[in-house]
Formats: sequence, C-alpha cells, structure tokens
Amino acid sequence: MVLDVEEGKSLGMSSERGVSGCGFNRRSFLKCALASGAALGVSEMANPATGISAATEQEKQDDARFIVEAKFYQKLPNRKIKCKLCPRECTVGDRERGYCGVRENRGGAYYTLVHSRVCAAHVDPVEKKPLFHYLPGSLAFSLATAGCNVNCKFCQNWDISQSRPEQLPAHYAPPKSVAELAKQYACPTIAYTYSEPVVFSEYLMDTADAGHEAGIRSIVVSNGYMQEEALKAAYGKMDAVKIDLKAFSETYYRNVVTGQLKPVLDTLVTLRKMGKWTEIVYLVLPGMNDGDAEFRGLAQWIKSNLGADVPLHFTQFHPEYLLKNLPITPVPTLERAKAIADAEGLHYVYIGNVPGHPAQNTYCPKCSHLLVERAGFTANQMLIRKDNCCPFCRHPIPGIWHV
Amino acid sequence: MNARHIASRRDFLKQTLSGAAVLSTCSGTGLLAEAEQRPAQAKSQVVIANDALLRGTGSAVDSQRILALLDRAVQALFDRDHPLEAWRKLVRPGELVGVKVNTLGGRGISSNPQLVAAICERLQGAGIKAGDIVVWDRDTDELERAGFHVAEGGNRVQCYGTDHVDYEQDLAEYGSVGSRLSKILTRRSDVLINIPVLKDHDGAGVTIALKNMYGVIHNPNKYHPDGCNPYVADLNMLPEIRARMRLTICDATTAMYEGGPGFKPEHSWECNSLLVSQDPVALDYTGWQIIERKRAEHGLKTLEAEQRAPSYIATAADAQHRLGTNDPRKISTVEI
Repeated sequence: MVLDVEEGKSLGMSSERGVSGCGFNRRSFLKCALASGAALGVSEMANPATGISAATEQEKQDDARFIVEAKFYQKLPNRKIKCKLCPRECTVGDRERGYCGVRENRGGAYYTLVHSRVCAAHVDPVEKKPLFHYLPGSLAFSLATAGCNVNCKFCQNWDISQSRPEQLPAHYAPPKSVAELAKQYACPTIAYTYSEPVVFSEYLMDTADAGHEAGIRSIVVSNGYMQEEALKAAYGKMDAVKIDLKAFSETYYRNVVTGQLKPVLDTLVTLRKMGKWTEIVYLVLPGMNDGDAEFRGLAQWIKSNLGADVPLHFTQFHPEYLLKNLPITPVPTLERAKAIADAEGLHYVYIGNVPGHPAQNTYCPKCSHLLVERAGFTANQMLIRKDNCCPFCRHPIPGIWHV
Repeated sequence: MNARHIASRRDFLKQTLSGAAVLSTCSGTGLLAEAEQRPAQAKSQVVIANDALLRGTGSAVDSQRILALLDRAVQALFDRDHPLEAWRKLVRPGELVGVKVNTLGGRGISSNPQLVAAICERLQGAGIKAGDIVVWDRDTDELERAGFHVAEGGNRVQCYGTDHVDYEQDLAEYGSVGSRLSKILTRRSDVLINIPVLKDHDGAGVTIALKNMYGVIHNPNKYHPDGCNPYVADLNMLPEIRARMRLTICDATTAMYEGGPGFKPEHSWECNSLLVSQDPVALDYTGWQIIERKRAEHGLKTLEAEQRAPSYIATAADAQHRLGTNDPRKISTVEI
C-alpha cells in the first residue's frame, strides 16, 4: 500500500520513481520539478532493488521481525501492564492490546507490533507536512505504520491510522534500509507521518539513529499526545516537529478527538524547552472549532508560552471519515482565524490546503517583504540568507532554512 | 442429519425459575434463591443447562454429553420436545449461518470446539447445508490455537477468520461506533449464532454475549475506554449485527471469574454449563451474576467495588438501545 495522504490529498499510487532532475539551488530560486501533490511514488517498494520487501501473508500476521518489546511501560500484577507512552495510560491485560491497536500484552510483557512494519511510504515535499520553516523545497522520505492513539472523527487517513497492523499490507523496512532509501531518493530528511508516530516510537527512534549515522535528518508529524519521558526520548531525536493542535478546547478534544488538550499543550512547552524546531497546524472545522474566542485564546497561549515566532498553520478541512456531513471550511473562516492570530502578535500565521492563497507565503515580519513564495506544496522562491536573515532588512527569520 | 441423542424435554426440565438469578457454581446445586422463583410470563428467557458429568472421569468435555446438554438447553428455550424442532424455529434451509465463536483466550478459555461441532450438527439437521455454515472469529490463527480446524471451500462446515476475507471498506456507524465490519458477517451470514464464553474482563467487567461482537469489527481497541460503555451497546445496534442475531449460546463449560480476558487457570472453574437465550442483554446480566457469585466464593470484591461493573449492560437495555432487558423482574431464568 502506498498512500500520499498529507493534507487530505489521496493521490494514490504512482509508478514514477526517483527524484533525480529535481535539483535545488537555494541561492537563487527553488525550481523543484515537483508539482503540487505530484509526490513521487515508492509504490514499487516490493521490488528488491528498493531494499524494502513486501511482507508475505504469513509474515503479516506474526512475523517476529516486526515485534519488539516496548520501551515505555510498567509491569503490573496478574500479567497486566500499564502503557507509559501516551497520557491514556492503557492498562492492558494479557493477550489484549492498547487503544492504539499496535501494542500487545503477551504474558505480562508489552510489545510493539509495528517495528519496521511500514504500511505507507512516499517521497513528499516537506511543505506537504506542512513544515514551512524547515529546508524549503526539500524532499522527505515519508513513512507510516498502522495505528493511532486517538480517534479523530475527521481523520483523513483513518484507513491506516485506525487499523490494526495485520489488517494492512506491510513492508519490512528496517531502519538502515530506510536511511539508505532516503539517500537513494535524494531526501535529506525522513518524515514519520500519515498515521500517528507516537505509536511507533521505538521504530522512529531506531530509524532516526540510522538516519543520522547516514547524514539524514528526521522530522515527525504528530498529535503530540505523549508522556513527557517518552517525548523527550523519542522526539529528542527529531530535527523538527509538527504538532497537530486539533482545537483549543478540552470539550472538543474529548468529543471529537478522543483525547485531551492539556497534555498536547504540555508537549508543545516541552518541545520549546528542548529547543526543537516546532510548527503547529490547526485544522479548522466549520462550526466545531472556529470561534473567534478560540482562535484568540489559541494565539494568546502560543505567544505567551512558545513565543511569537512559532509558525501557526490554519488549514482547510475536507469532509472525511465520521464527519462527512460537514462542509469544507470556507476560506473566509481561515482568513478570519489568521487575522485574529496576526492581531495577537504572532509573526508567522499561514493558511493551508488552499492552493494559491497568499497566506501560504512567508513574509518578513519587520519589512513585510516576500521571502518564501509557495504554490501548493512547491517552494518557488526562497530568499532567506544563509545567516537566516531577511535579505532586505537583516531581520532574523526563525527556522532551519539551509542544509 | 439425525439427532444422536435426543431426550424428552419432560425428562430433564426439572425447574422453571425466574427472577434475579444470582447463581452459585453452575452445575450441581440449586442456583436461584427461593424468594425469586416465579412463573415465567412473557419475559426474556435465559436457560442455564448444567451437566455435572459433562467431562466424565476426565478433564475434556464429552462430545455426546455436550450435544445432549445443548439439546436440553435449546429445547427448553423453545419449549419443544425434539431439538430439531427448536432449531427449525431458528433457521431455514438455504440460509447462510455464521457461528461467531470467541477464541481470544486460546484453548483454556475459548468456545469449545465440541460444542460448536454439536451446534453445526443440529444446524445441518435443521436443513442447513454444511457449506452454508461458517464458524468464525477475527483471526484464523486464534481459531487454530483454540482447537478449531480451518476449512475453506467444499461441501463441509467452513471455518476461518476475517483475516482471510477482510473487512468491508465502508464504515458502519451508530452512536459512538464507526467500524468496518467483517465480510463474513455481511456477505457470508444471513443468520448469526453467537457463541461467547463466560469470563471476567479487566476493563469491561465481564465479556459474554454483547461484547463478543468486538470480534466482528476492525477496531475493537478503540472501544475499551470507560468500561466499554456505551461502545458495546452501540456496536450491537448496528443493523448488520442486530438483524442477523438469532441466538446466543454462551459456553460456560469452563468459565473465569477474575483475571480476564486472557486465560488464567487459577481463576477459572469447570462450570459445565451452557447459557442460552435470544436476549443477549438478559443473558449477559445473568452471566454477570454467576461471575459475581463465584467471586464472592473466592473472597473477591464485587466488580462494582472494583469500579468495573459492566455498565454497558444497562446501556444496552436503555430506551435508546432496547437490545433486551437487564431487569431481573423481566428475566425468566430456567435452570435445568
């Protein structure tokens, strides 16, 4: 299975391979040949030449290669365990799985079932994550396993995030082979994305290590619903993080996400303290999380706790999964959200999933010059200097702009 | 197929009891309080069939006796003198019959293959072709670990897991539940016979009839918070399940009062019983009381005291769901 599903786009499988010819010259303009959404397929991953082999039917069920003891759990009496990976803290009896569906208690020990068990892989522009202040115009070798620790009613990727690993075709992709593939496809970065990387933390950590040894960075696209110890251990290995902040309301988190807001806010603060480059995405659902007060509260909290330089992306919702009855988010709603956040003093507020909207671009907060021009997921122009400053007024522009 | 061992209902129907069946050990002693014995009148009926000699002198269930026990239970439930008369009230020739077992717990605490064989024998006796019967659960490997022999194709009883045929792509939704349903349910079953086991569950309190439907969907892990409430009730409201459900035969040959859902031999007992009903809520309520009584015998707290009483049973009975009754005054428990 190969999915290209970031930002609600299901682009299907592609037989196109390789990224040669997509050369970047960041000193001038980025003219990446990748059109918006035309991410490169790795749909031939079963081909031995790629280094990732398709799992057989037998392997899919109970292949020991995929099963590794979990790092974050506590043993309890009566062969039970308590998972310490996310705030849910599932108490799991023998032969049962946690809420995520990818961790199983076997005789009183807890195991991840998805180490190296990739159900989706693709080469994406990093803008598609979206990370706008991280190596613009570059590619990310993006992968996912089955599973998620929440159950958002609007999930765009529910067919993998809400499935158990044995229900999906899988590929055996050990960390070193992922790093090699990233190099092969000219990706400076590996991205853990599509489903919820929290639930495959062990694989993420091992792959990040393998990547770093090979000179490949790692980024994660996550809901941030994670315990602090696990967060520090796993996301401490990341070079950048994108957090989906689903709303600024506990009620919404409880009813729509099946999670909690507070731990996600704690995660953002911890990432800030860790010095991790972090961007925030807020998916705006009509009538659900689009009130002025919520936008204002969100912006004020970000400014107070994280600073005004944290990029905030208000993105457009497309009906999916359990909320097919809702309309697409009107663009004026997104513009209202941005206007409120701008007024509260945030410096980098974007509008996402609306191709061609000027709020996809990065402007200098001091002199207002256009610095990074984007069209869809393509960075057409990138003017930020090597010293990460605006070329017009020398104002520092936060982010990781250059390799 | 002819019946191998058919007893007269009058020979075995020793007690007709009703009320809040707070039961002790399943076989042997009388199980209901005297004060709660009332005539059964238009109530949900739950038959508890016991056989203290179910295992003879060994530890394995005797296939002849389990068939006889099944016959007694089903005849009592449908008030018939002949077991096939009872089964003909449930199924018609030409129907596809899904026999949903529970095999999560391995050989120790799964639906007994001999009981399932007896059910399949009676289904065939009632005119169902062998190839139109499928014994199934979520996972084929788990079926094999529980002692079932996988069979696909040919004119024989089919036996395999959803992993062999997949789940429907589209979601089935009700209330808190949105799930993909097993194609065995949607495409291979006109009729559903539910064969759960009787056991404790660390999250849900107990897992019996209603919760066995977690094995029908692709995402059961999403429905364990809050003691599985209201998820269990909402799941059983799905038309694809509700319209097919004809009968529950709870395998309580071996039951478990603590430490579930995985098998804990130290907390299991040879109950040597079957609980049979067309009301899964009444059956669950009755089974819950059996487990509570056993817990009390072993000096354990009630599930309520452990803050894991199976609240989903009441939800299944509420005005929104009406899947059955959990009111002991409306449950007629027949112990034979």
